Amino acid sequence: MNSFFAIMISAILTDNFVLSKFMGICPFIGVSKKLSSSIGMGAAVIFVMTCATAFTYPAYKYMLEPLGLTYLRIILFILIIALFVQLVEIVMKKVMPPLYSSLGVYLPLITTNCAVLGVTMLNIDNGYTFWESIANAAFAGVGFTLVLVLFAGVREKMEGCDIPAALKGLPITLVAASIMALSFMGFSF
Amino acid sequence: MNYWKEFIKGIIKENPVLVSILGMCPTLAITTDAGNALGMGIATTFVLVGSNLVISLLRKIIPKAVSLPCYIVVIAAFVTFIEFMMKGYFTDLYKSLGTFLSLITVNCIILGRAEMFASKNKLLPSVLDGLGMGIGFTFALFLMGSIREIIGSGTWLASLLGDTFKFPFEPITVFIMPAGGFFVLGLIIAVLNLMLKKKPPKAVGCGGCTACGGALERGQITDCVSGG
Repeated sequence: MNSFFAIMISAILTDNFVLSKFMGICPFIGVSKKLSSSIGMGAAVIFVMTCATAFTYPAYKYMLEPLGLTYLRIILFILIIALFVQLVEIVMKKVMPPLYSSLGVYLPLITTNCAVLGVTMLNIDNGYTFWESIANAAFAGVGFTLVLVLFAGVREKMEGCDIPAALKGLPITLVAASIMALSFMGFSF
Repeated sequence: MNYWKEFIKGIIKENPVLVSILGMCPTLAITTDAGNALGMGIATTFVLVGSNLVISLLRKIIPKAVSLPCYIVVIAAFVTFIEFMMKGYFTDLYKSLGTFLSLITVNCIILGRAEMFASKNKLLPSVLDGLGMGIGFTFALFLMGSIREIIGSGTWLASLLGDTFKFPFEPITVFIMPAGGFFVLGLIIAVLNLMLKKKPPKAVGCGGCTACGGALERGQITDCVSGG
């Protein structure tokens, strides 16, 4: 139980995927313009991260390791993630159209999100058990969502500000992200 | 001189990091010192040239519907190769790059070039395009790494040259922390905007970073997600 709590705190706050590991920066910058879309993206990431780990972990432990093919893991993991995302998109479209219209649009964005591939590989590198891996993936997703939603709030506030011309757009967004990373550093002391 | 143009465009005019705003994750994560940045840049350039070469050769065979998985497998194979090479010959660099070496697979610059260029062009232009983009990426990484290392640790290229360059001031450690990464990149892009006297030209239509997995092209979303 102790280790689960440690995983939760570190995945959400101290070792936040976006602000201290620098994974998933593209959606962090891209989808944080509006609060509503940031929540949708966050939910989709939590879902895909958790399910991808549920597939990649057994595939690694019971297929690649016994066969001594661990060096193939990048290829296998990225294929599993790509196939899984495609599958979920198709099933969701057919079975749950309302959910698809709110979440589905974010799914294709996730295949090439480095946070998803990153979390599946970090679980292996850290030597987590199956349930620890699942917990780490889910909480990493929660951490991602937290930062995305907080940052969307910051950016909505910034809309009306008078910003120097050269800093408009991306530069000021990065500077704001820097200040946010600074505040998250407070958790690790 | 058409070939020359394909090569040179990636270095400044369409620099993948500073102008097209792609590949943000490695740009921010491994630029804590200039040596790491250089190593990452060279590794990515190798993968970029290799994947552009193979994808250009296979461009008439790969069906459009499954192009993304095909590209990713080609790229992942090259990444696995460079991972082995680096583990064997540059162990220190391998350790300090860590997971980010594997994550070259999902670097949107490489997928973007595969989708936007290599899948539509002949062998030689594709290789030159990959080489130019790779050098542009390495240049941006090296610039970031140098600024952050000099201000943040008070050294330059310490992982390659030891104490050759040591600066006599108190380093500002926050620059090699995550917060400093965002800050330095923001300012570099701002300075570039100022020098160009205008916003850098947006890539025509979509930069092809595939951060959206082609959703923009299919009309599932209306705004580009990478902010480019």
